[in-house]
Amino acid sequence: MSELMLEAKGIEASYGLVDVLRGVDIEVKKGEVCVILGANGAGKTTTLRAICNMPVVKSSGQVTLDGKDISRADTGAIVQQGVAHVPQGRGTFPELSTLENLQLGAYVRKDSKGVDEDLDRWFQMFPVLKERKDQAAGSLSGGEQQMLAVSRALMSRPKLLLLDEPSLGLAPIIIEDLFNTFAQINRDEGMTMLIVEQNANLALNLANSAYVLEAGGIALSGPAEQLKNDPAVQEAYLGA
Amino acid sequence: MTLFLQRVIDGLQNGAIYSVIAIPMVLIFKATTLINFAQGELAMIGAFFCFIFAVQAFSLPVWVAALIAMALAALLGMGIERTMLRPFDPTDHLPVVLITLGIFYIVNAVAGDIWNYQAQVEVPQLLPWEGTWKFFQSEDNPLGLRIQQDAVAMIIALLVMLFILWLILSKTKMGLAFRGVSSNTESSRLVGIRVGRILSFGWGLACAFGALGAIIVAPRITLQPQMMLLVLIYALAAAAFGGLDSVYGAAIGGFAVGLLNSLVLGYISDIDAVSSLSAAPLIFPVLLLLGVLWFRPAGLFGTKSISRV
Repeated sequence: MSELMLEAKGIEASYGLVDVLRGVDIEVKKGEVCVILGANGAGKTTTLRAICNMPVVKSSGQVTLDGKDISRADTGAIVQQGVAHVPQGRGTFPELSTLENLQLGAYVRKDSKGVDEDLDRWFQMFPVLKERKDQAAGSLSGGEQQMLAVSRALMSRPKLLLLDEPSLGLAPIIIEDLFNTFAQINRDEGMTMLIVEQNANLALNLANSAYVLEAGGIALSGPAEQLKNDPAVQEAYLGA
Repeated sequence: MTLFLQRVIDGLQNGAIYSVIAIPMVLIFKATTLINFAQGELAMIGAFFCFIFAVQAFSLPVWVAALIAMALAALLGMGIERTMLRPFDPTDHLPVVLITLGIFYIVNAVAGDIWNYQAQVEVPQLLPWEGTWKFFQSEDNPLGLRIQQDAVAMIIALLVMLFILWLILSKTKMGLAFRGVSSNTESSRLVGIRVGRILSFGWGLACAFGALGAIIVAPRITLQPQMMLLVLIYALAAAAFGGLDSVYGAAIGGFAVGLLNSLVLGYISDIDAVSSLSAAPLIFPVLLLLGVLWFRPAGLFGTKSISRV
């Protein structure tokens, strides 16, 4: 039981009258990178939103974080419990400065000294953020905003990092850098990560385990290596 | 020339009054993207709260009564947000805007009922300066240029209030959270901000500001339930002109509208046909509002939003 950081059982979700998820089970072990693949509309973003109990989607099911039941908790409480969610499209605060974006990332924390230390650490890992720290976040490039979004999420010192399509809209070379950074964060911090991605190749290279979502249900799951070599996956998602 | 200067001064004085309502409207717009049509009435009732504690029911010192009034106005605003607005879908503006119109009528009617729509004789004076500075008096122009001290005090007070507001918004954690909610409500939830509490904070801050402003300007525009009726239109024009999501825009917009209105009205009133219209004072703000919405909806300092479809 204590081996799992996240356990989601029987997640159902809908937007108004449209059912999107019809009973999804996801498990993420501590310290591992887990990836959810699937086509557009399969329900990947909805899964992350349901885990965070975001009001935009009506969801039900059981969600446990590090042994604690967060099924009925509101988004703010879930964040306080240690979940950091980087939404699709980065979710930066465009009118606020880079520094203010990061300060908001640390909103739930009470240790100002630790926050300053973390600011330094992420500025070191992403020097471009330090360069642009007083600039409005909306004026940063796509790649820089993604780095900002990830740093902001990490500022809350989460137990679980949720990333929704981090590669979306970014140039290939930036995406490569980004995924190397994810690997580094997973290695150095032992950060548990659940990543939703359409870029199956990159995702499966990074991940330890993976799920394939199709039309609101899990079609396949297993270790990343296994799914990478699965001919069905190769045909549908890896362009083989 | 003296006449022109007089109109400029009068315009700036009026501008301060418009800013008093425009700034809270912008605060609420920033937090919720809705126009609070009841803003003027909530400020008016704040001025009456002060009246109750300083004159009508108690005889507290004016500044104490003012603080109590601000707190009560803040609580009223927070209560309205919590009970009448929060239950509704924030993205569907129509019901919520209609509710603020309803609150406008209710507050006005209640105040009118209690105080008989009459201007109060004894108005709590928060800023003690009276008296007038006179310049440029001459034979042709015996009145000269009149600058009233309480008007100058009012403008200075408004600037101080604006400064304190700036401090709150940019130097405190709540202020940062408020700006976060204003910028991206979904992401605010994702960093753990309790959006509901921040909306309450925004409403409370806006109503306290409006109440203090109304208390300060009451001696000048008379303390009566109808005091903010006309001001609302000007404030709306000022807020739109300055940029609905910019607090400084609202302040600058207020002064600009006051100035422009004074000049335009001053000169077109010389045209008999215009001055005979009872709605003449409304011509300028309404036209300005139309102009802003037509040519530059973002106003001077608002965020231009370009959506990629």
